[in-house]
Amino acid sequence: MDGIHDLGGRQGFGRVRHAPGATPFHEAWEVRVNSLYALAVRLGVFNMDEYRHAIERMDPRHYLAASYYERSLTGLATLCVEKGLVTREELERRARGAFPLSARSAPGRSNMPARERFRPGDRVRVRLDYVPGHVRMPAYIRGKTGTVVSESPAYPFPDAHAHGVESQDEPTYDVRFRSEELWPNSADPALVHVGVFQSYLERAT
Amino acid sequence: MDTNEPVVRRTAPVEQRVAAIQSVLEEQGPGVAKAVEELGHIAQEQWLPQNGARVVAKAWTDPGFRKRLLADGRAAISELGLSMPQHHRHLVVLENTKTVQNVICCTQCSCTAFTLIGLPPDWYKDFDYRARVVRESRTVLREMGLDLPTEVEVRVWDTTADTRYLVLPEQPPHTAGWPEEKLADIVTRDSLIGVARL
Repeated sequence: MDGIHDLGGRQGFGRVRHAPGATPFHEAWEVRVNSLYALAVRLGVFNMDEYRHAIERMDPRHYLAASYYERSLTGLATLCVEKGLVTREELERRARGAFPLSARSAPGRSNMPARERFRPGDRVRVRLDYVPGHVRMPAYIRGKTGTVVSESPAYPFPDAHAHGVESQDEPTYDVRFRSEELWPNSADPALVHVGVFQSYLERAT
Repeated sequence: MDTNEPVVRRTAPVEQRVAAIQSVLEEQGPGVAKAVEELGHIAQEQWLPQNGARVVAKAWTDPGFRKRLLADGRAAISELGLSMPQHHRHLVVLENTKTVQNVICCTQCSCTAFTLIGLPPDWYKDFDYRARVVRESRTVLREMGLDLPTEVEVRVWDTTADTRYLVLPEQPPHTAGWPEEKLADIVTRDSLIGVARL
């Protein structure tokens, strides 16, 4: 989905709040949320792709206003309700107040039937796919052309894995793009490397 | 009057929401409360940038290890007793040189090789870094205190799959001949992410 989470290249943001000694956690509840979602994955309640997608489905206003670990909590709680561990009413009774959850999921999709194997040096184009469900193709590379640098081991296909859809594991390609081609006349010169699933790619002619 | 109109209620404070979801998960089995404590301990005491620093110091002092690390990161770090979660199936180590600066980010969430770099700090997870570093890399790095000469090529790595990245910074010349432990002490989290040089 072209969601609020897909931030690469968005303009209007400001200076990075950089502090060399910054700690990953600030409050005890943040540590607990991190442990709880990891535990839910370990218990098989949901997988990492379902978890990422549950966060992406948050109301955009809530997504932008929430801290990182509140987003994590919302994804976790949404999946616990969707998987039938608890009803929303019961969860809100226990929380003693409203518990904002993410919007429902659109359907997922399986791998592209005809997938090509690429080699380092091959020129590839990212397909012009508009996917309503989970997808790990950042919008800034859609339709863009790059060069294959290497191939990864096969991974579960996120577009299917986040939705319980049958699919085959497939590799990602480390594809190198030029920032000046991703954002013509509007980027600092750099090489941008993206891990792109095989199903998202076609050979550039 | 519309009787289906939802009753407007105040959102529960975040601590109460966490307690509610924890109580739900605790019903999944007797070991849950203990496992949550253990995972919290691991996240704060074991997943630290010092792990990545050990990897870097070893690579600086052992050319054979450096070669193995660049060829297969996951296998090489296991030589040091380090590990990654099962779903991180691939570790790519990115070698900085005088003319190349590698930088890691995750534009869609905040993925990192957290067992080696530690769970990410706020700035890595913030929208400003996620939105800007792919498009305005040099400007963002300069704002963060790394002003790179124009001859240095910037390579930004967006963590879109479960492959994980670790930057191998250049060894500062004045540290030649130092023992591995002393070298590990100078390797910072920022240098492992690639927003600083040593």
